[in-house]
Amino acid sequence: MAWDWNFTLNEVVPELLNVIHVTIMATLGAFALAVVLGLVLALGCRSNKKWISWPTRGVVEFIRLTPPLVQLFFIFFVFPHLFGLTLKPMVAGILGLGIHYSTYLSEVYRAGIESVPKGQWEAAIALNFSPLQKWKSVILPQAIRPIIPVMGNYLIVLFKETPLLAAIGLMELLGQAKSIGSVTFRYLEPITMVGIIFLILSYTASLLVKRLEWKLDLNGK
Amino acid sequence: MIPIDVVSQVLPLLQEGFIVTIQLVIIAGILSFVMSFVGGLARLSRFAPLRWVSGFLIEFFRGTSLLVQLFWFYYALPLLGVTLPTGLVGIVALTLNYGSYGSEIVRSSILAVPKGQAEAGIALNMTRFQRMKSIILPQAFRIMLPSFGNLMIELLKGTALVSLITIQDMTFYITQARNTIGHDTLLFSMLLVAYFIIGYVITLVFRWLERKFSAGRV
Repeated sequence: MAWDWNFTLNEVVPELLNVIHVTIMATLGAFALAVVLGLVLALGCRSNKKWISWPTRGVVEFIRLTPPLVQLFFIFFVFPHLFGLTLKPMVAGILGLGIHYSTYLSEVYRAGIESVPKGQWEAAIALNFSPLQKWKSVILPQAIRPIIPVMGNYLIVLFKETPLLAAIGLMELLGQAKSIGSVTFRYLEPITMVGIIFLILSYTASLLVKRLEWKLDLNGK
Repeated sequence: MIPIDVVSQVLPLLQEGFIVTIQLVIIAGILSFVMSFVGGLARLSRFAPLRWVSGFLIEFFRGTSLLVQLFWFYYALPLLGVTLPTGLVGIVALTLNYGSYGSEIVRSSILAVPKGQAEAGIALNMTRFQRMKSIILPQAFRIMLPSFGNLMIELLKGTALVSLITIQDMTFYITQARNTIGHDTLLFSMLLVAYFIIGYVITLVFRWLERKFSAGRV
């Protein structure tokens, strides 16, 4: 069975472009959740109170060591039993990937927070800042700047994980490719094109992140 | 209450799948370790064409998602006349994907060895090969160990994806059992714990390796 350009260009590509917004929405939604939850987890792990820091570290470790696919299944199939709420694939997907990558981002935040020089913490104390003021105006602005490129890289990693959502029935790029395949009995063109779309988008994004890294460095000097 | 009869039904299934998951981790782990060195060294080669080809392949396998690659080898490749056994598809896709990530680890670790070390080798009239073998790689290896530990955890988590192309690993058995037995909460909790245990063992092994290879050094 040879490659069919007519089929590729007239059927596969338009149908894939039709669902590309689903993939992008899932990526951005999960990333937004990961960015917020990651900071919460990072602060939780640093807490002086052991009853906060220990469980947080345990949860982070557990999530980090178990497959996102199984976590997705857990959220999609078990949450209805536990909480009586049935989640749409998109919501379950954003929750699953968002929670999984929040543990990675918490490590990134930790590195950023630890890179803030000690004098800055002391200065905040000397100025009699409240903890909230200290974090909001002194520590976090300095901690987050150097980690922006790293977060960009995790956005790309997260984007490449979104095909998992096909497993819980979300019609994103790969799900759509599979359904084209099951109707036409031609899997070659749809799945190849999905790969190419991922390659183009993730490679472009990685160039953007490199550029961003270069720009941030330049301003810092 | 945990229904004991369900546990006793599920445990043998989990055990069957456990063997397959472990096999995948070990085989694909060793192969991607080897590929990491081949790829990483090729990217640092003196011969430009080798650098370009390896760079392109590594970017290619890193840039397209693992699940897309698995599906491609499983659904699309047979249409081109190449049918691989399903288990091999899993190993090939996992190896190419994680081997490519590993190549970047090897490359960056070699570059992280201070330049003075290579210069000392030159001063001692060592050949390129001798320098790499006796000076650069032993030092680079210690730098890359923690990253390889993380890569193996990623590989373990990646093996769960092979259940979607019908390889009978732990996830496959549990998703099947779900249809016949039910008890979703218990089944998926057991599955998560099983992965956590394997992942934790991998973490401990790499911690031990890191200690072993940094013994006697500051």
